[in-house]
Amino acid sequence: MVHFTAEEKSAVTSLWGKVNVEEAGGEALGRLLVVYPWTQRFFDSFGNLSSASAIMGNPKVKAHGKKVLTSFGDAVKNMDNLKGAFAKLSELHCDKLHVDPENFRLLGNVLVIILASHFGREFTPDMQAAWQKLVSGVANALSHKYH
Amino acid sequence: MSLTKAERTIIVSMWNKVSTQADSIGTEALERLFASYPQTKTYFPHFDLHPGSAQLRAHGSKVVAAVGDAVKSIDNISGALSKLSELHAYILRVDPVNFKLLSHCLLVTLGTRFPADFTAEAHAAWDKFLSVVSSVLTEKYR
Repeated sequence: MVHFTAEEKSAVTSLWGKVNVEEAGGEALGRLLVVYPWTQRFFDSFGNLSSASAIMGNPKVKAHGKKVLTSFGDAVKNMDNLKGAFAKLSELHCDKLHVDPENFRLLGNVLVIILASHFGREFTPDMQAAWQKLVSGVANALSHKYH
Repeated sequence: MSLTKAERTIIVSMWNKVSTQADSIGTEALERLFASYPQTKTYFPHFDLHPGSAQLRAHGSKVVAAVGDAVKSIDNISGALSKLSELHAYILRVDPVNFKLLSHCLLVTLGTRFPADFTAEAHAAWDKFLSVVSSVLTEKYR
């Protein structure tokens, strides 16, 4: 189980407080679909994903990105019990959505890159390290119930 | 996997800006690598890895200079990095998984410094380019 120090928790929560979840969510999901086009396999119903600008402007992508990142906010509130917090979602992603957990790792890293772009110098190496730990913890929690 | 014309254009044009901060970008990427992925430090037992160390700065410079060589010969990355490829295969033998980690840290560094240029398309191009560089560096491993 991943353990966060007080400094790591504080680094994560202070940054998260400044994130526009709606905007960042759309950006994160959009970039996942642009940078790793094979991830589009889960989104046949989303309409036009034919170019980077189509993807980044797609309203379904934005809406779904917001949903995903809002849920990620639960991780920030439950850093001491990620597996518990994501147990139900883990079952959903396995049994209903059939998502390869590798996709959680890809999305986590895209999120880190977006945070880096938004926060610049403030996103120090130590800040990044705390976030890498969190996204990796979330990815593990989301794959925990797979069978 | 090979780079499209559009991707090559993005990389080459961004490189003009990136190269002006080449040394510090390399150093920062390594600092991020060691902070987020402490296991990567096992390849540098002989280094002083404190942020700002002279060895870290020198090595960061070297790494980004090599990336620059790949950019300058973007139509023939294999040829440009052939010697480095042999070095990594026969002498350094860095496990291939680590190239992904360093590539990610380079992308993070570019994102912090060039947010306006680092669009989704640029992000995709750089991710692919670094992936090609990583493949070249590991192509002689076995």
